[in-house]
This record gives sequence, structure tokens and C-alpha cells, in this order.
Amino acid sequence: MAGCTNDPYRSSEKGANVFYTTFNEPPKHLDPARAYSSDEYDLIGQIYEPPLQYHYLARPYELEPRNTGRVPEPLYYDKEMRALDHDAPAQRVWRAVYEIKVNKGVMYQPHPAFATDAFGKALYLGLKPQDVKDVHEIKDFRATGARELKADDYIYGIMRLADPQIESPVLSILEKYILGLKEFSDLLRIDLEEARARRRAVRGASYNQTVDEKEDPIALDYRRHPLPGVEKVDDHTFRITLKAKYPQFVYWLAMPFFSPLPREADLFYKQGPLADRNITLDRFPVGTGPYMIDTFNPNMEIVLARNKNFHEEGYPRRGEEGDLASGLLRDAGKDLPFIDRIVFKLEKEAIPRWNKFLQGYYDTSGITSDSFDQAVSVSAAGRAELTDAMKKKGIRLATSVRPSTYYCGFNMLDGAVGGYGPDKRKLRQAVSIALDYEEYIEIFNNGRGIPAMSPLPPGIFGHIEGADGVDPYVYGWDRARNRPVRKSIEEARRLMEEAGYPGGRDGEGRPLVITFDNPWTGVDASTMINWYIKRFKLLGIQLENRTTDYNRFQEKMLKGNFQFFCWGWNADYPDPENFLFLLAGPNSKVSSQGENVSNYSSPEFDRLFRIMENMDNSPERLKVIREMLSIAQRDGPWVWGYHPVAFALLHDWVGNVKSNAMANNTMKYLKIDATLRERRREGWNRPDLRPIWAIAIVLALGSIPAIISIVRKRAGKKK
Amino acid sequence: MLTYIIRRILYAIPIVIGVNLLTALLFFYVNTPDDMARKILGEKNVTPAAIENWKRDHGYSLPSFINGKERGAARLTQTIFFQKSVPLLWLDFGRSDRNNIDIGSEIRSRMWASLAISLPTFTLGVFLEIVFAMALAYFRGTYLDLWGVVLGVVMMSVSALFYIIGGQYLLGKELKLFPISGYDHGIYSMKFLVLPVVIGVLSSVGVGIRFYRTVFLEETGKDYIRTARAKGLSEGAVLFKHALKNAMIPILTNVVVSIPFLFYGSLLMETFFAIPGLGSFTIDAIQSQDFAIVRSMVYLGSLLYIAGLILTDISYTLVDPRVRFE
Repeated sequence: MAGCTNDPYRSSEKGANVFYTTFNEPPKHLDPARAYSSDEYDLIGQIYEPPLQYHYLARPYELEPRNTGRVPEPLYYDKEMRALDHDAPAQRVWRAVYEIKVNKGVMYQPHPAFATDAFGKALYLGLKPQDVKDVHEIKDFRATGARELKADDYIYGIMRLADPQIESPVLSILEKYILGLKEFSDLLRIDLEEARARRRAVRGASYNQTVDEKEDPIALDYRRHPLPGVEKVDDHTFRITLKAKYPQFVYWLAMPFFSPLPREADLFYKQGPLADRNITLDRFPVGTGPYMIDTFNPNMEIVLARNKNFHEEGYPRRGEEGDLASGLLRDAGKDLPFIDRIVFKLEKEAIPRWNKFLQGYYDTSGITSDSFDQAVSVSAAGRAELTDAMKKKGIRLATSVRPSTYYCGFNMLDGAVGGYGPDKRKLRQAVSIALDYEEYIEIFNNGRGIPAMSPLPPGIFGHIEGADGVDPYVYGWDRARNRPVRKSIEEARRLMEEAGYPGGRDGEGRPLVITFDNPWTGVDASTMINWYIKRFKLLGIQLENRTTDYNRFQEKMLKGNFQFFCWGWNADYPDPENFLFLLAGPNSKVSSQGENVSNYSSPEFDRLFRIMENMDNSPERLKVIREMLSIAQRDGPWVWGYHPVAFALLHDWVGNVKSNAMANNTMKYLKIDATLRERRREGWNRPDLRPIWAIAIVLALGSIPAIISIVRKRAGKKK
Repeated sequence: MLTYIIRRILYAIPIVIGVNLLTALLFFYVNTPDDMARKILGEKNVTPAAIENWKRDHGYSLPSFINGKERGAARLTQTIFFQKSVPLLWLDFGRSDRNNIDIGSEIRSRMWASLAISLPTFTLGVFLEIVFAMALAYFRGTYLDLWGVVLGVVMMSVSALFYIIGGQYLLGKELKLFPISGYDHGIYSMKFLVLPVVIGVLSSVGVGIRFYRTVFLEETGKDYIRTARAKGLSEGAVLFKHALKNAMIPILTNVVVSIPFLFYGSLLMETFFAIPGLGSFTIDAIQSQDFAIVRSMVYLGSLLYIAGLILTDISYTLVDPRVRFE
């Protein structure tokens, strides 16, 4: 018992420059062509380096080059390939060309895919099962190599997006823009099917595609087909040609989909014996970033170690106002990264995760509803503050508005709640007023959210603060308190009357029944549904809940078989286009399987959207966005809902922390004071053995009567 | 004995095929390959073409049971059922639908973590249950028996979740004696195992003590025990030498059939203690609609169940000479 400790780490890790954090479910994909979720980006963002990144400190978010000379400026050409001005109208632009220069001397991480023999031949190609019988992880290969980053690697990475076997989630979007990508993808699909047909012909009736490709994966040769939209200029320069003007394309260049990928690595991982041992590119990335995978055990822990080949990169020298005063520029210009290893531990349950954070074994933590009251109190002024217990431990609170929106919507194709007549608009406006999101955020989010006035969250160009930004159909403005005030329920009832539903009943006295489709499960689901039912009831509307499983819900959305629903959207990039396209007619879910789930279609909104999407941020663009928002607010296809605010807790030994909702590569900026952490952990975690001794004594005392009874029985027998 | 075992294994084949067929039927009627594709491909940018491509690349574009477009044997072999289920017979579990990992390799690596928890929990649990049950039988009718039974009933009435959260809170958080959760390899795993094993034993021991106490009391009321006592044997010798041996049939029925399932691990324990075992593997697969994993785990479950039954039958012959293989 004397050696008891609650320290979950090995003693060799004491005082090490390691950052400890958690993940709550194993990442699905680490392949940069497939990964598309924030937990996956937390890992690969530290390993892969796409051409651009978001500045860590500057706000509003701005892009900066990563391994490339500068942020590329597109060159526009008309049909005759004559150069056009930067602000040329989209209709005139036939091609948009982005030329990207890759820095020289950038090296990949050490990796067996680069290992060669004395003759320069790859050491680990053509592997047989017996060659890898002792290989469980990539670090089990004895030889590694590295090479310089080339333009070819970026080109190869883009070509992989078109590989049908990879199932890249963004292929359908990029095919619309990158010249020839669709044709290239179609040709690769034909190659794949032909390869399968050949194998089928050899195997006959016993052909089993899954088994066959497991034993011998099909490696498509991308060089067989042209991809005119992506061309190499020289070893360190390449060009991407788009079929149209698309200013948001630069944001894509900051996403892992555009990471460079060495062909050697792809071929290395496409070997059956390695795939059999789960050693794939989807688990063991190969990049040029500050970190590389050291241990990949998604069922327990994922460890990133410093990449010794990482190129020179300094901590930012500038930030926004206040960064200097808060010490965020103290390390300006210093070499990155600061931390040697990053350990991600699997913690599926919130309670152990939270307790281990409080014990100092995790460096940061989110706040679940269960622990919210323990961590945060709301001041008289309505501001969230840490509780005294947290302050005493030196814990700090960081908040940030996510570039996300959670909304509820009406099916605009539905006869009862859809349509564009004044009565239908009034019905939807009444519901928007009745759904009091200030209350919802308090009840279900512990105040962690901002009621939305439009799809655009704060921090996104086009979001307007103050009186000018409110939705006039749902809110008024309280000049005295300088804040929006939701219109009264009486106002909503009046709108219902004008819509032809006085007291929630139609002209013939029948109650208005609206169906509510959702896939919600979990402890809060029924309470949330009841909240919606209660709010609709204030208008006399009967909300009929139709909770279904996720697949049925998706199917209903696809077919337009619903009236009212709730949904959410996380932005891919910080541009209003990435939110407003959710209301653009051509993206209707029913007609084109797009992301406009409400199937909202306003010719005027769509016309303005086409103008806005091709504009740079400017007062003119702001004017267009305001017009669009005003149309959408009038038509009310959505109840705007809220924009979530993320709360994160940090121990005082973690430095250089600034919330950045767009960047996914921020771990290189973080700093740890490992000595302070060790001191704190020791102080917080002294084992207490007294209750154990007390229990042992009670048990010993409790067994005395039994012993006496045995002795008596024996004595009785002897007599 | 060998003939008997072979015969039992042959009997098992139709059961295993039946289980496979039922799993496939249930899965495809409740959950179509389109649903699987939609769930696995995610929420953003999922086009009908992407769903079709996913099905084609994962072998789900074939007909379920009969392929009318093929001729001869291919009518049967070029179907989802044949392609996905037949390799299971030689324990080729294939790749997961969700992230393409090799399922066999995953099962092999997760199995050891499950065993690291379930084996000591099971062994220690059975040992304590038998010892305490015998002690209660020994002190039958006394206040020790009474309070032992009351404690057993209380322990079996409390939810396992309470033991887990309470144990983590008391021993991990308040007394700081063990890590609240986590796992490590080799010798380093020891400190992570104590808490879940203690909690696992505590949460199961109440039921076991009550059950075995009943078994022992039934045995101690039989004639041969009275004869043994009449011969002047000590109570300890009566219990350990005579009653225990004859109570082995119900004990083995309970114990041996559970042994193969130790590989399966425990969902709750593994989730709360972040142990990378097989316990949550199937549940995660069901939630993410990974039919490949569900199919493999159901198949493995049916094999383990059959193995458990055969082992139980064999163990009967070891403790009771009257039982013969026929």
C-alpha cells in the first residue's frame, strides 16, 4: 500500500516537457485526403503542412504562408486567356490560376518509406508477411530516411483526392472548381473497375473483392492521366487552375486536404502485409510538420514526438491588441515547437477526464454540464467567471465563439410552414419569436452561446454587432441597456392571427399541427424536445415530435418529408460564403442534395449570393451581405438559433494559449512549465491511507466473533 | 471423448451459419447498405454518387443472398452474404467498414487488455464467492450468516455504475491511491488494474455468495454429509472434502461457461477506466453502423458460446465420474 499513487504516468515522465490532453473517441482517419473532423485535425494539423496556415494571434483571422513563399494571389484570365484585373466580374473570369512557390530545404520527418539501400533503391517496397512479423508500429522499422519537400508532393496530394478508393469527402466540391479534376477522377474510377474486372476474370466465381484487395491493395497510377488543373512549374513551384473565380479557394489551401504527400509513402503503405497489421497512411501520417506520430494506439493513447527535421519557424512577432500585455508575445521569434511530446489519452467518460484534470494529470479540459457549476459561476453582471476553487488551483478560463451555428428550420417546400406569402412569413416570424433562445442557452448550454441574428457568427465578415445587427422581425433594441430585446409572445400571437391562425387554429377551428423531426438521443433529448413543444404551445401550435434514428432522419431531409427540424453547421473557413450558401437555392437538399436543408429559394437572395461569393471583403461586399441577411430575415426560413461559445480550462503551467477557432496546428505554439506542474501534482495528490487502515481494523474486529465461534465449536467437540 | 468433441463441433456448424444468416438478415432489413454508407461518410458533402461508390468499394453493391446476374456458383458467391460471411469460417474477419482497419488484428490486440481485467476479476471473484459462501454455510443460522446474507443482498442490489463512480471517487480522487482511469503495457499496467479489479469483484461478489451459499446449504442437508458428521469428521473437513466436491457441478456450470467470454471484456469497466479492450468494440461498431465489426463479433460470440458449452460438458466428467460422454 505504501507505493500507492494515483499518478497515471510512468515515473520516467516526471518533469518531462510533455503536453497531456485527451480524445474521447478514436479518430476515424488520419489520411489528409479523408480526415474531416476536428478531433482528426487536432492530430494531423501538427503533422501535415498544407501551403497556408492561420496566423495564431491576429484577429480577424488571416492567412499566412506555411512552407510557401507567400499567400498566392490568383491571376484571372478570360476565354481568350487574356489577363484580367483582380476585381474582374466573375462572369468574365474563365480561369483563375494560383501559383504556389514551395520553400527550399524543407525536409520530411524520418520515415521508413524514404529509407534506401546503397543503390538508392527503396528498402521497404515489396514486403512479404515474414518481413514484417515483428512490426507493430511504424517505429519498429529499423531504417528510416528523409528527403526534401517538392512541388510534386503537393500535386500528388491533390491527385489522391480524386482516387475513388480514398473516398475524399471534399472531392465533389473541388471537382466543381479545379480544372479537370472531375475527368481525372472519372478516369481513375474506370482504372479501378478495370483492375477489379481483371482480377475477377482470373479468380472466377471465387473472386471476393474485399479479401482480394485486403491481400493485395490496388495502387492506381495517377501519372497515366492528365490533370490540367494542377501542373508543375519547376521542382519548387506548382500551379492550380480553377474553372471559375473562387476567392475562397485560398482558405482551402490551409486545410489538410491540400497537404503534400510523398509518393514513396503512398506506395509504402499500399503493401498488403502492412495493411494486414493496420499500418496504413490512415494511421501513420508522413509530414513535414513540427511533430510526427510516435505511438498510435487509438484505443489507449496517441503520442506525437518532435520532428527533428522540422524546418525553421518562429513564434509570431505580432498579434492583436492586448496580446503584448497578456504575455502572448513574450516568446516572439523563438524557434517552434516548444514542447517535446504531445500525449493524447483516450478518455471516453467525462467524470474521470474531469477528475484527472483537477489532479493535474491533464493540462487542459473542456467543461461538461455536470462539472459546469463546479468550474464556472456567473457574476452579477452576467459574466462567466471561474469559481474560487478553480482560481485557488491557478486554473484559467479561455472562451471563444466557435465559427458554428445551431439553427432550426422550416421546410420551405411544405404547404403549411413553407412558402413565401406574407401569411407564411408571419407564421415563421411568430415561431422565431416564441423560440426564446436566451432561455434555451441558459437551460441547456449553461449560458455558453450567443443568440443568433443571422447565420453569421461573430468573427465572420458580415456579422454586425449592436442595434444594426439585430433581426428586426424577432428583436427590438433596448437603448437604455444597449442590448437586443426579444419581441413579446403577444406580438408573436398577433402575427399568428395575421397569418390566419388566431390562437393557433385555422379558419375552421382546427389546431395547427407541425411535425418536428430530429435524431436526438441522450439524457437531454426529451427535455429539449419538451422545451420546443412548450414554446410552440404558447402560440397554440401543436408540435408533434417525430424522433427517428439518424438514417431515417437523413432520408426525410433528402426527400423533403418534414416540416420543422434542427441542424448545425461548422464552418470550413471563416468566410460568409461558407454560411450563406446554406440558404442558396441551388444548394437545396431536395433538388440537388446540397446543404440548404430548408430548401429555401429566393431569386433575389440567390442573385446577391452569386455576386457576394466572388467578392473580396470590402464595404461593397458588406452591403451585399446586409441585403441578403435582410431578405433572409424577412422570409424566415430558419429560426436563427445560437452560436456556441467554447469554454476551455487551463492550468497555470500552460503558456501561450490563445483560442483560435480556425487553426488546427496550434500545439507548436504552446509552452509547458514542467517543474511547476510537477510541484503542483505532488501537492495535490498525496495518498491518504488512513481509511484503508480503518477498514482493515474494522474487518479484523468483525472477524473476532467468528474466530470465537470456531474455537467454541472445536472445544465443544473435544468435550 | 475425442469423438464426442468432434460430434459437438459438427453440431455447432449449422448453429454458427444460422447465427451468421440471422445477423445478416437483421442488419440488412433494419439497416440498409445505403444507411451504412450515409452514416460512415459523415454529414457534410455526401452525394448519392459518393454513396454508390462507397457501396461498390466495400462490396455492398452486390445482391444480398442470390445474384441473378451471375451464372453457376457465382450466383451464390457473388453476394454480400457469401463474400462477407464465408471468410469468417477460417477466422478471416476482413476490414472494418468505418475506417478500413484489419478486424482480426484489432481483436488480437484488444483481447489482452480485456483479459488483464476480466481474468483477475473473475478468478478472485469466484474464489471469494466460494470462500465466503462456505463460511456462511459453516456459520448457518448465526448472526454472521444473517448479516452476510443481508450484505450480499445489498451488494447485489447496487448498480455496477455506482461501484465504478463511487470507487473512482473514493479510491482515486479522494484517497488518491490509484489512477482514476487509464492503462499501460506490461508491468506498468499493474497500477491501473487494481481499482477496476477491486470494483469488478465488489460489484459481482454479492450475487455469487448468495448463489453458492444456497448450493452449499443444499449439499450440507444431504444424507452423505450427515453420515460424515456422524463419523466425527470436523466441520471443515465435511465442507471442504465432501460438500465442495459434490457442489462442483452447479459451480462448474456457472464458472466454465463464463470463461470464453472473458475475452469479450466488460463494456462499463472498459469505458469508465479507459481500458483498450474488446468491451466497447461491438457497441462502438453498432453505433457507427460498422457491419463488418458487428458481424465478426457476433460470430466470435457464437463460437465462444459453443466453446463454453463444450468445456462445461468436459469439466463435468472431471468432477463427477457418473457423467460419461455418449
